[in-house]
Amino acid sequence: MRHVTRRPLMIAAGAMAGTWFAGDVKAQQKEILIGSQCDRTGPTQLVGTVFCPAVQDYVNLINSKGGVDGYQIRINELDNNYQVPPAIEEYERHKQEGMVSTLIWGTPQAEALNPRLEKDKIPGTSPGFGSAAAANGIKYPYLFPLAATYWSQGAAAIKFVKDKFGGDLKGKKIAYLYYDNPAGLEPLPILKELQGIEGFDLRVFAVPPPGVEMSAQILDISQRYRPDFVLAHLFGRAPSVMLKAMKQSGYPLSKVLGFVWASSEADILAAGGWPVAQGYYTMQFVGVGDDYPVIKEIKAMYQKEGKPPPKEMATSVYYNRGIQDAAVHIEAVRNALKLTGGKPPTGEDVKKGFEMIKDFTLGGLLPPMQVTAADHEGGGWVQIFQVKGDKMVKATEWFQGYRELVLRKVNSTS
Amino acid sequence: MFYRESGVFKTSYAADMGLLPLPNTRWAVAGLLVLFVAVVPLVSDEYSLSILNLILIAVVGAIGLNILVGYTDQVSIGHGAFMSVGAYTAANLIVRVHAPFWIAVPAGGAMAALIGVVVGIPSLRIKGLYLAISTLAAQLIIEWVINHVSWISGGTQVSIQVPPPSVFGVVLQSPWQIYLFLLAFVILAIVGTQNLIRSRIGRAFIAVRDRDVAAEIIGINIFRYKLLAFAISSFYAGVTGVLYSYYLGIANYEQFQLDVSINFLAMVIIGGLGSTLGPIFGAIFVTLLPIVTRRVLESVGGLFFQASDLSAVIPSLRLVIFGGLIIFFLVVEPEGLNRLWRNIRNYFRTWPFSY
Repeated sequence: MRHVTRRPLMIAAGAMAGTWFAGDVKAQQKEILIGSQCDRTGPTQLVGTVFCPAVQDYVNLINSKGGVDGYQIRINELDNNYQVPPAIEEYERHKQEGMVSTLIWGTPQAEALNPRLEKDKIPGTSPGFGSAAAANGIKYPYLFPLAATYWSQGAAAIKFVKDKFGGDLKGKKIAYLYYDNPAGLEPLPILKELQGIEGFDLRVFAVPPPGVEMSAQILDISQRYRPDFVLAHLFGRAPSVMLKAMKQSGYPLSKVLGFVWASSEADILAAGGWPVAQGYYTMQFVGVGDDYPVIKEIKAMYQKEGKPPPKEMATSVYYNRGIQDAAVHIEAVRNALKLTGGKPPTGEDVKKGFEMIKDFTLGGLLPPMQVTAADHEGGGWVQIFQVKGDKMVKATEWFQGYRELVLRKVNSTS
Repeated sequence: MFYRESGVFKTSYAADMGLLPLPNTRWAVAGLLVLFVAVVPLVSDEYSLSILNLILIAVVGAIGLNILVGYTDQVSIGHGAFMSVGAYTAANLIVRVHAPFWIAVPAGGAMAALIGVVVGIPSLRIKGLYLAISTLAAQLIIEWVINHVSWISGGTQVSIQVPPPSVFGVVLQSPWQIYLFLLAFVILAIVGTQNLIRSRIGRAFIAVRDRDVAAEIIGINIFRYKLLAFAISSFYAGVTGVLYSYYLGIANYEQFQLDVSINFLAMVIIGGLGSTLGPIFGAIFVTLLPIVTRRVLESVGGLFFQASDLSAVIPSLRLVIFGGLIIFFLVVEPEGLNRLWRNIRNYFRTWPFSY
């Protein structure tokens, strides 16, 4: 039993190491730190390797133009490998370094960090992540989805299909093909409620994780159920597998709408290239393509340094989402500086800054969202793009689907 | 020369049975207790405490898994799922009937133990890799059930918010309060395991590990002790899950997926199977190593890479180094960090007058 003695010594060493690391740089003057959790590794790396550079590019662009009201923006990017404990450690580190707001990566991470955000009064954004209930700014005061949640996406999808069928869905058959995890299940209550209202026939097809095998479900859809429209809510590798399988089964992709994580150029390329995906509809909460002033400015910035534009821009869906996430933070800081009159803002000020975001569209890249203290989703706007030739073409303008119904659901959920 | 083992004479059975027979050991343990209970929370800042808290939670789970893997030689890659069983049991009790922590924690453990016994039944017939696969199945089944039965998983996104525990009317909110709360459970876990292992049950576990046929012949009820090992180990896992949800303020099954089970197995194996100290080393190692690697890369990475590339390079390089170091330590000492520590200790035991 002698070895019992020294057991906690190692814990002591750990503790001391922890204290030692803690003696770190504090935020310098005329600098505002925004914490960024962004995964270039782990299960979401397909998104992160494009998204994270975009965040950096936008911050560099702002800083090269003189920062925000004389403040340089510093963004400290840390990778949590889509695990929760590192996310906690990184959050605490950013907090110690004096961040005023944070980008959150991942749904479980957003859920786990939310109590801390509230306690420390630091706002965090989780566009495309997090539970749809976080749109409720009263119950989640410091968590900002700032992009159409899965509920809004479900409602918008039905609205899109309804408009396509001339405003009547009675007797139409809609298939919902989803990744069998909490995020995949989340739109179901909205879809079921709309089924009662609009009178369409809804059948659901679950794809078990990791979602690389779904030929049975696709056969079921294309040969047996033969729906009038398919809504596909898939993640990771699953969207490309779905596109390929749909193509093989002969079901027209012009009757398929992919939700926001089944909608990037990378998915289409992985499915075998643009010819495979002709006609495929994709839902977006940030604009697609490079025809926006801010993207041109970033290209010009690279050109001035004598470099070609970043290769990540080829996957414009995720690149532009990275721009969006960085841009809303900087806009919130800008608003917060107006509130403080130029003094360094606190997390609380930046939270108010987020809630002042209105008509901030970066030339059409972002939807005309309006964030309020109650609505942290900003309206739940989406845009539908369709694959035509070798790019995605806008199929609708920004629109919201069944907003009252979604809001009722948001407010009634704890 | 400082650590005297000779000249200790025991005059009663009680002294002979003591957990810490040597006076030196008793002083050292007392000193460490003071260090961890009084000094560490006073001198640490919030960031260090947040890391320490993560380590403390991992220690409970790793010690529990070690009872199964290290002492009884049964594999489980379903421990992440047992943690989620504990977490959801406690979360439901806390939210629905406002159970205090002293009910929620044991209840979470007990439910996990129950499920663990069921999952452990195949261990009566199969061993090794086969058993590993059957526990893997348990992991997937439990994940599926939690995901689809909303009576268990409650609110949105299959997660239940858990308010912080309150002890004697004090709601634990600051990091050092949580730290002491977790530390109490770690001490319980360590003392509990130490006592378990030197009891009749513990010796039975070890007999089963060394050769189960022989154990059966000398009169050990294999059926009972294998399932008992699963139960106790899962109990620890359940408690880990509860502590984890208390610490995060939320129970969410996505925090207990397969990678968590593998991580805990890694802790036990890197730390050293079949010791109480080993899993503690392992938990510290696996939790701290990625953090330390990143800090090191951040400070020296600028010498090798351009600053603009650094944020792209660090995450990937960190994984490579993490994996490389695990291989390095296991090659240097296949019996784990605990063995490494014992080698060092044995060298200094007689230092400077080694013979």
